Amino acid sequence: MFDRHYYKSLTRSMILTVFLVSLAPLALISVITSYQFHTAYKDRVHAHLRELVMKHKRNIDGFLAEKLTVIRVLADLIPEDRFRNEIALQGILKSLRDRHHEAFVDMGLVNAAGLQVAYAGPFRLERADYAEAAWFREAMRSELYISDVFLGLRGAPHFIVAVKVRARGEEWILRATVDFVAFNELVESVSVGETGLAYIVNAQGEFQTRPRREPAVGGPELKAILARRGQSGPATGFSPESAGGRGQASQSMVDLDMVRDQAGRECLLLNAPLKDGDWTLIYQQEVADAYQSLFHARNLSLFVILAGGVGILLMAFVVSNRMVSRIVDADRERDMMNEQVIEAGKLVSVGELAAGIAHEINNPLAIIMEEAGWVQDLLDDEYLKKSESYGEMARALTQIRDQGDRCRGITHKLLSFARKIDPTVKPVQINDIVRDMAALSEQRARFANVHIIADLEPDLPVVPASPSELQQVLVNLINNAIDAMEQKGGELKLRTRSEPGFVTVSIADSGMGIPKANLARIFDPFYTTKPVGKGTGLGLSICFGIVKKMGGTISVESAPDQGATFHVRLPRAEGKA
Amino acid sequence: MSEAMTVSVLLVDDEAPFLETLRKRLTRRGLAVETAGDGAAALAALERGVCVDVVVLDVKMPGLSGLDVLQKIKTLHPLVEVVLLTGHATLEGAVDGMRLGAFDYLMKPCEMDDLLAKIFEAKGRKNEQERKIGEAEARCRGQEP
Repeated sequence: MFDRHYYKSLTRSMILTVFLVSLAPLALISVITSYQFHTAYKDRVHAHLRELVMKHKRNIDGFLAEKLTVIRVLADLIPEDRFRNEIALQGILKSLRDRHHEAFVDMGLVNAAGLQVAYAGPFRLERADYAEAAWFREAMRSELYISDVFLGLRGAPHFIVAVKVRARGEEWILRATVDFVAFNELVESVSVGETGLAYIVNAQGEFQTRPRREPAVGGPELKAILARRGQSGPATGFSPESAGGRGQASQSMVDLDMVRDQAGRECLLLNAPLKDGDWTLIYQQEVADAYQSLFHARNLSLFVILAGGVGILLMAFVVSNRMVSRIVDADRERDMMNEQVIEAGKLVSVGELAAGIAHEINNPLAIIMEEAGWVQDLLDDEYLKKSESYGEMARALTQIRDQGDRCRGITHKLLSFARKIDPTVKPVQINDIVRDMAALSEQRARFANVHIIADLEPDLPVVPASPSELQQVLVNLINNAIDAMEQKGGELKLRTRSEPGFVTVSIADSGMGIPKANLARIFDPFYTTKPVGKGTGLGLSICFGIVKKMGGTISVESAPDQGATFHVRLPRAEGKA
Repeated sequence: MSEAMTVSVLLVDDEAPFLETLRKRLTRRGLAVETAGDGAAALAALERGVCVDVVVLDVKMPGLSGLDVLQKIKTLHPLVEVVLLTGHATLEGAVDGMRLGAFDYLMKPCEMDDLLAKIFEAKGRKNEQERKIGEAEARCRGQEP
């Protein structure tokens, strides 16, 4: 009847439902919040990095412009022949290095043919010929010039700041070399986090600084980025004025790309133009590093959701199991009640049938018994006693009477079994019931030499009860009391009292009492101490059930040879005194 | 038996063979027995002035039920005692009977000794009632001028 699969399936469905209903809003809110947070955080990180790169671009451009301006001011203020004097040039270089934190390495004056006519610096570059040098040709074409980083004659990376000087009808180039190490440190100082890396490349993708690590992009990919940059803003030639236009610089000048490095790690790549597009400042940072806080927050959220999910799952499991357990109990109880109703229905039918049969049999049986009694009366006549067959007739008559008694016993039991009890509850005055039952039992009590004493409290409050059931309880208890005193007679005391909230009826006999060992079992069904065939062991059990159903209690106190007292305690009708 | 000779009984039952046999048995034991096949006949007999000490009354009968007859008897002839004889073991019926003034009740089929004992007890109570009434009447007469 109890389908385990059904309840397992029900449990699963309940767990799933509780889990989904509880978790779905949490998950939905988490996803939406996470998405919003993720987007906002990324935008913030990107904006921050753009700002950082932009600021750094200004610094680098400012550095270059400053160096170029210094050389141009020198060229404007100092006569050309002073530069040709190497002692004077060394003095100027020393002064420059002192004022500019040794950012300048050397200086030189180059004539229009590319010959360095004067030189001050640590290298032996006097009379060096730059006629074929790319930087010289570029410097000759423009007034101001900053070269790319190159090795040159000294064999060390450097770049040149050059200014065209006109004197005595000739053109000269005043050049100074900027310390590559200082410039490199300036560029690299921008790094943020653990993986931040800044470097500069020229339009051909050649490194103008020396990155600490392998850059994320190189070769064609870098060139593609540079080409895109070149399309968005072609180089126009660098000048201190253009570098000084800081107000015009905006974050839109910074491009942001998402690339993968050689190890496959995702990196953010930002680039901004330097030197009016001749160079490009590139800043890279691994995504995991840049979004570290975001990932921490995401991991924390995931942990909270996961822990919440596990908690909800556990709760769903416990709650569902409890509910299904109760449903199982309720179903079992319902099925049992259904069975009981069916059984009760059957019993009622059987009872009605039995009552009908018993009644139909009882009347003819009464006639048979009376006829047998009449024959017995006749046999008592003297002349019949002399008959030879008298003994046999008397025996047969006794047999008829005995079997008749047997049938009478059966029909009486059947009628008792089929007795209808009206369970309708109504306000009952217990004193009336006690008086009725006492009157009903009076004749039997008299035969048993039992004296009934009623001690009934006047104005007893009514109790809500079924009169029929209460009659049955009292008649059972009174009959038991009379049975207990049948041998020697005695006193049967019926006492009613009101207590706060209750009314108590006590039935006390003066019989042989109940042994202590039997007291605990006295209300058990089928437990009887009466001789076999005399009691069914159901009387007190039925009383117990009826009183319990009324919300009351039944108890007994007894000692051997001191009688027994049964107390029936019933709740008073509410709101009635 | 002198006491028995003084007891007159009215048997009321719709089962004629039962009624007849019981009549013969009680008569044999010295009781003066009248019979009635239903409630109406019993009331008619009492109305006619038939001398009755105790009525042995079947509860379940066609027409007037035993309890109806009991009620009328106790109203019209309060001194007549009634022993109910019933085939039904209904506690409520017995309680109702006792409330209506029945002396006692017996279940069919019953032992002759039990029936006789009830009849004699009922007769005893009737005698007692009559004695008290007689004494009360005597006191009333004695007080008359």
